[in-house]
Amino acid sequence: MISKKSQTFALNNWRSRETVGKLLELIASRTRFLKTPVKIMEVCGTHTMTLHRFGLKPLLKQVGVEMISGPGCPVCITPDYFHEAIIDLITSQSNLIVCTFGDMTRVPTPKGALQTVVPKKGSKLQIVYSPEEALELARENPEKEIIFFGAGFETTIPGITFTAKKAFQEKLSNFSLLTAFWLIPPALEAIINSQELAISGFIYPGHVSVIIGEKPYSFVAQKYGLPGAIAGFEPADVLLGIASVVKQLKDNKPEVDNVYKRVVRPEGNTQALTLMSEMLEEVDADWRGLGVIPRSGLQLKPVYAQFDARRRYGLKLLPGKITASGCRCGDVIKGLISPQECPLFARVCQPDNPKGPCMVSYEGACLIEYKYSSGAKR
Amino acid sequence: MKKVSLEMGSGGKLMRDFIAEKLLPTFSNSILNELHDSAFLPGDLAFTTDSYTVDPIFFPGGDIGTLCVNGTINDLVVSGARPEYLSLALIIEEGLEFELLEKILKSIKRTASLNSVRIVTGDTKVVPQGQGDKIFINTAGLGRILKKPRPEKIKPGDKLIVTGSIGEHGLAIMLARNDFRMFSGIKSDCAPLLFLLPLWEKGALWMRDITRGGLATVLSELTEKINYPLLVEEANIPMSSKLQGAVEILGIDPLYLACEGRALIVAPEDQAEHLLKIIKKHPLGKTAAIIGQVEDKIGKKGEALLRSISGGLRLLEPLTSELLPRIC
Repeated sequence: MISKKSQTFALNNWRSRETVGKLLELIASRTRFLKTPVKIMEVCGTHTMTLHRFGLKPLLKQVGVEMISGPGCPVCITPDYFHEAIIDLITSQSNLIVCTFGDMTRVPTPKGALQTVVPKKGSKLQIVYSPEEALELARENPEKEIIFFGAGFETTIPGITFTAKKAFQEKLSNFSLLTAFWLIPPALEAIINSQELAISGFIYPGHVSVIIGEKPYSFVAQKYGLPGAIAGFEPADVLLGIASVVKQLKDNKPEVDNVYKRVVRPEGNTQALTLMSEMLEEVDADWRGLGVIPRSGLQLKPVYAQFDARRRYGLKLLPGKITASGCRCGDVIKGLISPQECPLFARVCQPDNPKGPCMVSYEGACLIEYKYSSGAKR
Repeated sequence: MKKVSLEMGSGGKLMRDFIAEKLLPTFSNSILNELHDSAFLPGDLAFTTDSYTVDPIFFPGGDIGTLCVNGTINDLVVSGARPEYLSLALIIEEGLEFELLEKILKSIKRTASLNSVRIVTGDTKVVPQGQGDKIFINTAGLGRILKKPRPEKIKPGDKLIVTGSIGEHGLAIMLARNDFRMFSGIKSDCAPLLFLLPLWEKGALWMRDITRGGLATVLSELTEKINYPLLVEEANIPMSSKLQGAVEILGIDPLYLACEGRALIVAPEDQAEHLLKIIKKHPLGKTAAIIGQVEDKIGKKGEALLRSISGGLRLLEPLTSELLPRIC
């Protein structure tokens, strides 16, 4: 039955108890043939959010599926020393406007958080909702130097990179990017190879896949024999993805399924991919928790060096001190422990006093767990 | 050095910690310690105060003038008192255009007389430019108690009623700041809740206006006053489809968005339908709904549980930090 209320809001059909119930039955009919619990990693933080917000995790447990959160939160996997470098810059140089997204300002580091440090006179921090706003600030304030500090996966990389292209075309000399750009497929391979986890399959991130398409995941099925499905973010989307993974397991036919075809094209967004290959180059990158993964990051090509804040300001992005002692964000990111297993979780580390990035970001596994799970009640 | 953060005033956990750890121990007395929306004074009087710092001062559906009268009226109504007298203190920033000030005063006058409350005392201060933001207003309200809230009478089976669609004030303000460059057509729900007063005589046990921290925070606060958990059905929470669309785009949980003309009411099981009917007769209560109940079979004391529209259960935590959209 579709209630009158849900007719007024189209998304409710993707969330209804009836739809969800049917999909859970479908999953149960497949896990019956498998050794349970089947452990599946949801790579993306937004999937983690869906699972918690709609209370799906306990329902999935009843049908033999255990979901494990992956590294899919760009704020969480960006090491402290990116923040420390920009903190050093804004506290020592005047005439800067450092722009970034809200969560990024709250990440605690040994040098404090961007939000709490006092910028040098004449410089300031500005929270923006889109990198375009930073570009606009550069146009409006030719006497100031504007830096956009952006962490992102394939989803946000094209949008941020596009601002550098515009700045290049408009010959804006007062705009640059401090990028922490991360690529999902190499991180998946690192997780598989770490062999610390017995994961039976993956729910691939829908937004990332909009950009990169299906092919970059094919090694997971071909080389490692693990199933996976690209899924969207409504409860029905995620459950369809899980149903696909357990079917692949049951039939022993691993592949890259796409249950988000209404948005994700097999070839991805070719325009965005062209922009990325035109302006960016692959580099080895250091992920919080996962360490250095070969060719897992992107940075601006040398020809665009003037828009690259790390070259422009000679920023030293080197591993420094470890975050607050006891913080286990790294293990949470790898899926080795659930947030509740971290000794700091909810006791010392809370949303209003975060000790690590996973408690800061709205896509962070710890914050999501804190907000939505009863374990957070002390 | 510890400094005051914005979150301390956001209506969330930090603010409640501040009240519990700093304000209460400092000023402790028998009246204050009751911690209602208003203080209950000898002689059947209820007394409350609130300061208004909204930005922008004019927003779709209201302005700081309507807000500062309605907000204080509502604090009295949910305490079981009929509002009668208000004080009005203006803190004005040097340079505010006189025309704007007059507009605000007109709003105050209109809202007060519509609700039959009189402004009987006041104060005006002007601060140098840059030391305030256009105008801040404080009002205090005095009302006559009709019937005191009775949270101790709340028992399993009692129903939770929300008096109208939630979140519209918070979202209207957020969008009026234009940080998102998005238009939604959503207006603030800023309104007086006087029409709820008769419900006290008809059995209502407890009320709270849903302001900062949203419905989730109010529910969570209610669990501290009673010995049973709460269970809310997400599908029954009234929300306009405009708001549902906007919060999806922004990645905001509407359960944490403020209202300024909505309340949560606890009604005895056998009278809930009757009370709902009365609320729905009023134009401001048209979208009212029973959203859940006091439980004894599911959850434990202190928990406010939400059965999501998909059927799964999750816990509703009070607001912990300011709302920000997700970044990807």
